[in-house]
Amino acid sequence: MDDLLAEFITETNEGLSQLDVALVQLERMPGHAPTLSLVFRMVHTIKGTCGFLGLPRLERVAHAAEDVLVRLRDGELTATADIITSVLMMVDRIREIVAHIAATQTEPAGDDAPLIAHLYAVAGQPDSAADAAATIAALDAAPAPITPAPIAAPAAAVSLAVAAVATAAPGVEPADSNRSLRVAVDVLENLMTLVSELVLTRNQLLQLARRQKPGGQADPEPTEMYTVPLQRLSQITSDLQEGVMKTRLQPVGIAWNKLPRLVRDLAQELGKRIDLQMTGAETELDRQVLEMIRDPLTHMVRNSADHGLEMPDVRRAAGKPEVGRISLSAAHAGGHVVIELSDDGRGLDTPRIREKALARGLATAAELETMTDAQVHRFIFAAGFSTTEAVTSVSGRGVGMDVVRSNIERIGGSVAMTSAPDRGSRFTITIPLTLAIVSVLVVEAGGERFAVPQMSVVELVRARGATPVKVDASSGGPSSVKTSEGDGDAIIVWMDGVALLRLRDRLLPLVSLSHVLGLAPREARHDADGSARADTRVSVGDATHHVVVAQAGAGRFGILVDRVFDAEEIVVKPTAPMLRHIPLFSGNTILGDGTVIMILDPNGLSVAAGLRESEGQPAHGNGEPRASAASSANASHSDDRVPILLLRAGGVVRAVPLGLVSRLEQIAGSRIERIGSLTADQESPEGAGGGAARLATQYRGQLMPLLALSGRLDHAQESHAIVVFRQTDRPDAAALSVGLIVDEIVDVVTERLHIALGHAEAGLLGTAIVAGAAVGVIDTHHWLTRAHPGWFQQTERESGTQRRLLVVEDSSFFRQMLVPVLSTAGFTVTAASSALQALELRDTGSMFDVIVSDIEMPDMDGLAFARRLRASGPWQALPVIALSARTGPQDIDIAKKAGFSDYIRKFEKDALLASLQRALAGKDAATLAVAA
Amino acid sequence: MNAIPAAPLTATKSAAPDQVILTLRVAGQACGLPVSAVRDVLAAQSVTRIPLAPPDVAGSLNLRGRIVTALDLRRRLGLPPRQVASESLSVVVDHNGDLYALIVDEVGEIVTLDDAAIETTPPSMAAGWGRISTAVLRLPGELLLILSVDRLLAVEAV
Repeated sequence: MDDLLAEFITETNEGLSQLDVALVQLERMPGHAPTLSLVFRMVHTIKGTCGFLGLPRLERVAHAAEDVLVRLRDGELTATADIITSVLMMVDRIREIVAHIAATQTEPAGDDAPLIAHLYAVAGQPDSAADAAATIAALDAAPAPITPAPIAAPAAAVSLAVAAVATAAPGVEPADSNRSLRVAVDVLENLMTLVSELVLTRNQLLQLARRQKPGGQADPEPTEMYTVPLQRLSQITSDLQEGVMKTRLQPVGIAWNKLPRLVRDLAQELGKRIDLQMTGAETELDRQVLEMIRDPLTHMVRNSADHGLEMPDVRRAAGKPEVGRISLSAAHAGGHVVIELSDDGRGLDTPRIREKALARGLATAAELETMTDAQVHRFIFAAGFSTTEAVTSVSGRGVGMDVVRSNIERIGGSVAMTSAPDRGSRFTITIPLTLAIVSVLVVEAGGERFAVPQMSVVELVRARGATPVKVDASSGGPSSVKTSEGDGDAIIVWMDGVALLRLRDRLLPLVSLSHVLGLAPREARHDADGSARADTRVSVGDATHHVVVAQAGAGRFGILVDRVFDAEEIVVKPTAPMLRHIPLFSGNTILGDGTVIMILDPNGLSVAAGLRESEGQPAHGNGEPRASAASSANASHSDDRVPILLLRAGGVVRAVPLGLVSRLEQIAGSRIERIGSLTADQESPEGAGGGAARLATQYRGQLMPLLALSGRLDHAQESHAIVVFRQTDRPDAAALSVGLIVDEIVDVVTERLHIALGHAEAGLLGTAIVAGAAVGVIDTHHWLTRAHPGWFQQTERESGTQRRLLVVEDSSFFRQMLVPVLSTAGFTVTAASSALQALELRDTGSMFDVIVSDIEMPDMDGLAFARRLRASGPWQALPVIALSARTGPQDIDIAKKAGFSDYIRKFEKDALLASLQRALAGKDAATLAVAA
Repeated sequence: MNAIPAAPLTATKSAAPDQVILTLRVAGQACGLPVSAVRDVLAAQSVTRIPLAPPDVAGSLNLRGRIVTALDLRRRLGLPPRQVASESLSVVVDHNGDLYALIVDEVGEIVTLDDAAIETTPPSMAAGWGRISTAVLRLPGELLLILSVDRLLAVEAV
């Protein structure tokens, strides 16, 4: 193509997208002189160049537009919605002609006269106004080669009230022509590929050099000689890589350019009033990423305008401003870009989604019954899910949020959403800055090497473990639980088929990488007798083991590997299509030594290991549609599912959330001591009340009371499994523990705990369905109190000024869990089941020292609640602690911004108590300061 | 294994690209792949095993900085595994921009086919072979199957 023409097309296309933005802005501010002259200049430039290049048709169209714009600029006309619509139609026509020129290098044939006549008619020029309708009709009927914009027909009828207003992003400043250079994208792409290969080659050289050094080759001189230049090469390669990456960065605003126009046209078509606010348009991210989010974002904005926002009369009736608001923002957060899209519309139609989910077979009625609104909302991300009743011309094209989600996830991003009825919806998209190069940790398992993205690695630990006692596969007999009292702080606790990592008093699920990958575990070197150990999921010897502690979604878990190598910078390459169905791998790459290596996906790993079921997965499989729902559901959104420890006592299975368990121990029967048969001695802190002979054991230098969960101890048994609960964070006392003697540890499963209360026997909170069966859930508070009766009574007597605490939590289960834990810790606890109920308490004059609130709640979520509190009222300065299952950095950030003083993960009891202490200490300090 | 006889494979002056084939042998069956799809022929290579991959995926390997998925054709077609001793060769083909190394028993030569010698695949052909070939070439004593890379990679591993 002619260079001049190519240049013209590129420039015109850029100009056109700015023109859209500027025109929409003009509509909002009709008399704004700078915008007017900007618009005029742009059209004028196009017209001028057309004449020069010999494009008569384009020139005519541009000329007509310019004519009207001159009169606008000179104040002869006012920029009404009609005029702007007509000018936008001209811009569209220009765009279509330019597209045709770009494809064929010639102007398309066609008649623009009706369009031009219509423009003049609207602008009140030569043709009489009466002709306007006729010209519109002609427009519709005209067999124009180019379809008129869909807004053509209603345009004349549209009243002034129907106006979209956009706070436009500041358009990309036309760069100083001397300081910038236009480079074809292909050149940059090619450069990037070359640099990626250079990085790989550099890595390869470095590895060679490293390997030769200690080897003491025949002639060490050459190696020495290469060291310095090699280091230099390495440095330059890194700099070059960074430089090339920079050339690919573009402001996110480029992906937003079309939105003001889109929203404006939608508003006209739908008869709504919409204010689109965009902030952070200058946030830069990789071109490739930008391209990938452009369409999902456009789709989401369209959704918000179409489904999210109500008609003006509905809004007025609901007491909202008639103009609906859609805000779009972008910001950097760590190595990510966070894009938020929110509207103040009607929010998601929860009952309708429930119906749809049921109709589509995505969940059973019973399952839906137990789901929270937030969980129900996530069905919109399921494949082919659309809730609009009527398919409008705007959305509802069958491309749904599932496509949006999968597009975002394909580039390693995630999308989360919250919605409240009549208050609107908010989508948060987190995406990586660049896709090209990531840092990974290379590990080995089952004789193969794998790469783990450093982004998800929390820490590396060497854990000591114990040789598991031979496991009775039938699982009928007495089971084995072995721990090793290592002196390190990471120990592998091994139970029947279940391995856990005990790390600084936290129990984490542990998966063996070779096991989940189906690789033969390394033949246990410690197995002198060669006895098969194929039935063990984690082959644990006495030696230390390498565990990679990884973060997937909100959960942490340990990955047991055979060896850990270096960290390496790698270029991620997608796997071959026939391998993409394997959820454990996110890609593959070539290492420095030239071998191909698979890159592990921690999310897929945790799902495959059964730590987190993918959402919507049936507990007991029935039917295909469910399976497809499970595969399409996003693993990283699993939230209320928690690891639950299942144990057996007196032949009955009981459950307790793993987060409440401090340790699992196996102790010999001989270590269980009997302490007299006195009646409960109020003065003895160790006294475990409630029976004839009380049991205890020496544990960490203290005497720990033991209670048999089943009520009686089987003396015949040689060793006993003990589940230890601890009350650690009392400021005024040493840690209190109680060991519950159980028959065996059955399993650790990850499920949503939904507890049915009432008629529970002592020591149980209630029953829950876990792994398809009803099991009793242990009330830890009950057992701690029973083990230390005197102590609790004493503290209650002593602490005359108990702290008043308000718990706001919609889930009855969590309320039941929290209230005892917090009462035990010495608080006077009031529970509210919703934010509205809490606000009612405030408005009726109740006062508290500290508030603990859930985030995900129906009606008013925790964020809105915190904002309300901070806005005004007697609780304005109270410490408010957020409890949530989601603990991504952006979640925490959002919560802090909303006014929460702290953010704690659900079930992190110790962290919550520590946080409460901090909050109260801070409050006391503040009070003192005021008093002084 | 006997070499593939070249007798009826007469060179013609203006052959369409698809009529130039690379001959090879899998489990005794003579086959031909269009040269237009072939990128390379490799001797035995060290491949990285891929856990959880379909059984016919032998692994992946590095071909001058590009990642190539190695497929065992015998496994893919449900044929008996190769005798241990025999050395394998692989033919690297391009499929929609992705590279695959097809592990075969023997690689022959590049020949240009005469249009007249090509026949459509007889329906009586064993299902495994019939699904992946586009045409056959009658040789003395045997049939040479002309394979389609698209079909070869589209079939589900048996």
